[in-house]
Amino acid sequence: MPIKGTDVAKKLPQRKGCKDCGFPTCFAFAMKLASGGATVDKCPYLSEEIRAELEDALAPPIKLVTVGSGEDALKIGNEEVIYRHEKTFAHAPGIAVLISDKEDDEGVEDKIAKMKELQFERVGLTLRADLFALKFQSGEKAKYEALVKKVCDAGDAGIILISEDLGALFAARDICAGRNPLLYPITKDNLEQAIPLIKQSPTPVGVKAESVEALIPLTSRLKEEGIEELVLDPGSGNFLEVLRDQTLIRRAALKQNFRPLGYPTIVFPCFLAGDGLEEILTASMCVIKFAGIIVLSDLKKDSLLPLLVQRLNIYTDPRMPLAIEQGVYEVGQPKDEAPVLVTSNWSLTYFLVSSATEESKVHAFVCVKDTEGLGVVTGWGAGKFSGDSVGAFIKKSGIEERVKHRKLVIPGKVARIRGELEEALPGWEIVVGPREAGELPGFLPALARSLTGG
Amino acid sequence: MAVEVPVEKWTGRVGEVRLGGDGCKRVTIGGANTLPFLKFEGSIPNPPAIAMEVWDSEPSGWPAALTSAWGDVTSDPAAWARKAVEYGADIVMLRLQSARPGMGNTGGAEAGIVVDRVLSAIDLPLIVLGPGIPEKDNEVLVAASRAARGRRIALGNCEEKNYRTIAAVCISDGHVAIAKTPVDFNLAKQLNALLADIGVPSDSVIMDPDTAALGYGLEYSYSTIECLRLAALMGEAMCARPIISHAGPESRHQKESRATRGVPAAWGDPAERAVLWETLTATTCIHAGADLVVMCHPGAVELVKFAIGKLMG
Ligand code: SF4
Repeated sequence: MPIKGTDVAKKLPQRKGCKDCGFPTCFAFAMKLASGGATVDKCPYLSEEIRAELEDALAPPIKLVTVGSGEDALKIGNEEVIYRHEKTFAHAPGIAVLISDKEDDEGVEDKIAKMKELQFERVGLTLRADLFALKFQSGEKAKYEALVKKVCDAGDAGIILISEDLGALFAARDICAGRNPLLYPITKDNLEQAIPLIKQSPTPVGVKAESVEALIPLTSRLKEEGIEELVLDPGSGNFLEVLRDQTLIRRAALKQNFRPLGYPTIVFPCFLAGDGLEEILTASMCVIKFAGIIVLSDLKKDSLLPLLVQRLNIYTDPRMPLAIEQGVYEVGQPKDEAPVLVTSNWSLTYFLVSSATEESKVHAFVCVKDTEGLGVVTGWGAGKFSGDSVGAFIKKSGIEERVKHRKLVIPGKVARIRGELEEALPGWEIVVGPREAGELPGFLPALARSLTGG
Repeated sequence: MAVEVPVEKWTGRVGEVRLGGDGCKRVTIGGANTLPFLKFEGSIPNPPAIAMEVWDSEPSGWPAALTSAWGDVTSDPAAWARKAVEYGADIVMLRLQSARPGMGNTGGAEAGIVVDRVLSAIDLPLIVLGPGIPEKDNEVLVAASRAARGRRIALGNCEEKNYRTIAAVCISDGHVAIAKTPVDFNLAKQLNALLADIGVPSDSVIMDPDTAALGYGLEYSYSTIECLRLAALMGEAMCARPIISHAGPESRHQKESRATRGVPAAWGDPAERAVLWETLTATTCIHAGADLVVMCHPGAVELVKFAIGKLMG
């Protein structure tokens, strides 16, 4: 739980009539601080000690960490809830692809190409993977450095440097420090040696231990040194441990405000899973259950899109209404001879109808009738998708001015409203469409052809 | 600095529901007193179960990836059900599709016969779903119930507008009612209360808070299921029923599982795609708290079973 305004006020100097922070009283400033609307440095009268204490108490329970640079930099952390219905999950996990310096040129080129090519347009967004994870495995530093250079030159994607050998790790860091790479793994064995090297040119650091608890002394020590851009790897050994460890870290950070675990995480399905499909199962669990970065062994056509769509779904604002606004929606660029369909305003129904219409490659008007967010059958049951009410809606929707023909497609599941609807809409022919939206591609093209007289 | 292990002390538990009859394989679902797979803080007596969907008539409108995965068994419901057993189904779900007007408009007599045939072909528990039209549901599900006496099957759907007949026959024949509501926490809870009021025992209800497929509103299903599960764990009795999710039937309607032409090359092979979209819909619902997922593609079933196996340890 974040600190309360009244507790912040107790720490402030309480100078009467001061207002130097821009607020009328210390108390008003305290309230603003607690709600995140101001920063502690606005009050010049705090001791170093109090200021640090307040800054710490006011910091978000899971630190926001940036990997990469520029517009495409990945931001992770800053999560405030465990369950997505409470509030939108803040930052979707980065998807990384692993490249070892032992892979041949062709394999490397292939992965670089896939990072560029496997991009998907969906609901106005571009979905794609985010990072390259470059692993030192060959034992030849020159080879590793060549790989790092090659990937840097190929594009702006963020970079994770993976090397047990600190020499190779920091030499690679020096090549791409400007790209703000994530350095991994920092462990109990190399921590002290690594600290001065990290400080030379600070970039985010992936901390690895054999358990959640074993991370605590490491992150605490790094924080003492002012190194706080951290990403956690609790060393989970399998599927089930990943779920347990990710859950424990998220809970400790949010429910107990336990600072040493208040950082985003990284998970390596590429090292945990036996094959590509198992890897996707692990990765998809990580998308749901709290991971900050998910490292895959490869990007594959079949499996990347569903994973990215799942990420999009899970990180959507949960308060998005289930009902969409009543009205006439265009799919494609329908002209005056385009088919006209009517459906309910439950957004899931609408998604299905509009995407199946798109798939049919037919430009059409989809008239969405307000059923208070019910599906067509339930809406019919509740009297909100009756022939009369659909007829009245069609009349006032303005569709009659937009098309020359008078053919209206109704969902097959409510074929029974046809008679009543014909009475309510004189001059219109009511066409019973398929029962399932998915069957529209087998139905709409023929209808569209008949309307154009083709 | 040490951390207190952040274990939740839940007060509630999801009720158990047993399916299957004398001399046959039984499957129990539900019973957990923690969130999915968090065995470090509670007990999960039963793994999530998988039901495979079978139609009483040749499927129409199914994506090619699915019909080719099944081959010609789909012309015979009993053969189809046996094949589902081979593919690792825990339960078979028979959809009485032919009862739809326009699909054959078959009635109670035919329903009784096909249920009997499928039950004789398998020794797994059965779920029978009606065509989703109130009058027809009442007719064919009553017949199904009679034909399945002693096998403790699940019958659906009980919906707010039409639950009395199906609930009554579940009580008299010892079956389990499936309580179906649109994606909404409160509606699910209310329907459970209505069923309790007319005397359906709590161990004889499975709730179906509706499923939307990956990319088509899956997040609503995820949160509705998760909220129902959290409420059950916090002691809300009217939410403490096992949850069924129709991951497969919903996935087979989505473009990504169906389209073979006219989609970007980056979508990959249609057969693989059908498997993965269904799989991720199912596993997402399971991670939210679903106790039973209905699936269509044998390849997706294999993957989901594998994931469940790993997570049950
Ligand atoms: S500047 Fe500091 S002391 Fe002055 S009013 Fe603001 S909080 Fe109080």
